[in-house]
Amino acid sequence: MMKPHLQMIDVAKQYDGLNALDGVSIEAGKGRITTIVGVNGAGKTTLLRILAGLDVPSRGKVLIEGLETDSMKLRAHCTMVFQKTVMFGGSVHRNVAYGLQINRVSALDVPDRVRSALALVNLEGFERRNARKLSSGEQQRVAIARALALERNIILVDEPTANLDPANAMIIERAIRECAQTRVVLLSTHNLSQARRLSDRVIHLYKGRVVEEGEAASLFADPKDERTKLFINGELQF
Amino acid sequence: MFNALIGIPTVALGLLLYLVLSRSGPLGYFQLLYTPYGIMIGQSILITPIVVSFSTSALESVDPELKSLARTLGASNLQTDSVMMREAFWGVVLAVMAAFNRAFAELGVAMMIGGNIRNVTRVLTTAIALETTRGDIGLSIALTIILLTIAMSLSVLINLARKST
Repeated sequence: MMKPHLQMIDVAKQYDGLNALDGVSIEAGKGRITTIVGVNGAGKTTLLRILAGLDVPSRGKVLIEGLETDSMKLRAHCTMVFQKTVMFGGSVHRNVAYGLQINRVSALDVPDRVRSALALVNLEGFERRNARKLSSGEQQRVAIARALALERNIILVDEPTANLDPANAMIIERAIRECAQTRVVLLSTHNLSQARRLSDRVIHLYKGRVVEEGEAASLFADPKDERTKLFINGELQF
Repeated sequence: MFNALIGIPTVALGLLLYLVLSRSGPLGYFQLLYTPYGIMIGQSILITPIVVSFSTSALESVDPELKSLARTLGASNLQTDSVMMREAFWGVVLAVMAAFNRAFAELGVAMMIGGNIRNVTRVLTTAIALETTRGDIGLSIALTIILLTIAMSLSVLINLARKST
């Protein structure tokens, strides 16, 4: 059996003595969208930040293709799209090209890579626009393009369409689906209909623990855990 | 601390420096009173709180998530810091501009430390004060227009440069 591309084993993370994550073990493979669902405060963002190499776990380890990695190596393998869109000052081109430039992509290739990434999110011709003056939906699309331009194997996407209108959400979902064909995509969302639409595999996180995981169709159709049933019915308290 | 010093009255700073730099003061040995160097020292003390405080605010106002973003795009610590500095660049420029305007347009330090000596320590503001007391209002107005033009032109130029980036 093929090794999962990305594994997290018994990972815990504490902030100020509180467990944000507590013994989480998950895995994700290439060509599939793995979605972390859960109520606010369940630990979804913490989990993604650890995988992105932004936070160091208090316990446990992360493996890529079976090899244990540290934060530095994780940053070389993963890139992340944040829930809150953050734009560098300046043009859309600068935003998308930044990661390519610091990763020493040839200057001749940068414009093409920027153009292709922007085309994936329907932002052709936006290169010279001021990124901070775009609408929030357009900014989130730039954020997706910025991550995809890097062509990393692992893409972490944190609540990508929170507060966005359906048209922007649709474009973002299409881009995520497209990039998942060749990469590992880990998506976090509390939007159940989005999780149903996009996911191949679903992991339900509750109070920092994995309470249920499985193939999306079966988990949504027949959840085994009581908390997952409540979550799917919108009755889970947090 | 620095914030509290931003609004220090220039005449109070002038008096304090006068006492320190005068012949019988602790730094009297250096004979800096009524010299351009004395004015420079006074102006530097006057503007340091402005530059430090406004530049710090500019750096603090940069969204800390930009740091995380730069890291997820593969930036090293040095590259991440340089991103943060670049984001704060125009805030620091504005701090320097505000400091320049404060020093350029103040009267207290220039008058009390410089002494308004012709061809030595006379500056635009002390000249305006002198011509006004002499009753040469026309010259005072002309000098004031020059002062305002320089200060405002600088602001306009910096704003234009900022918008063009």
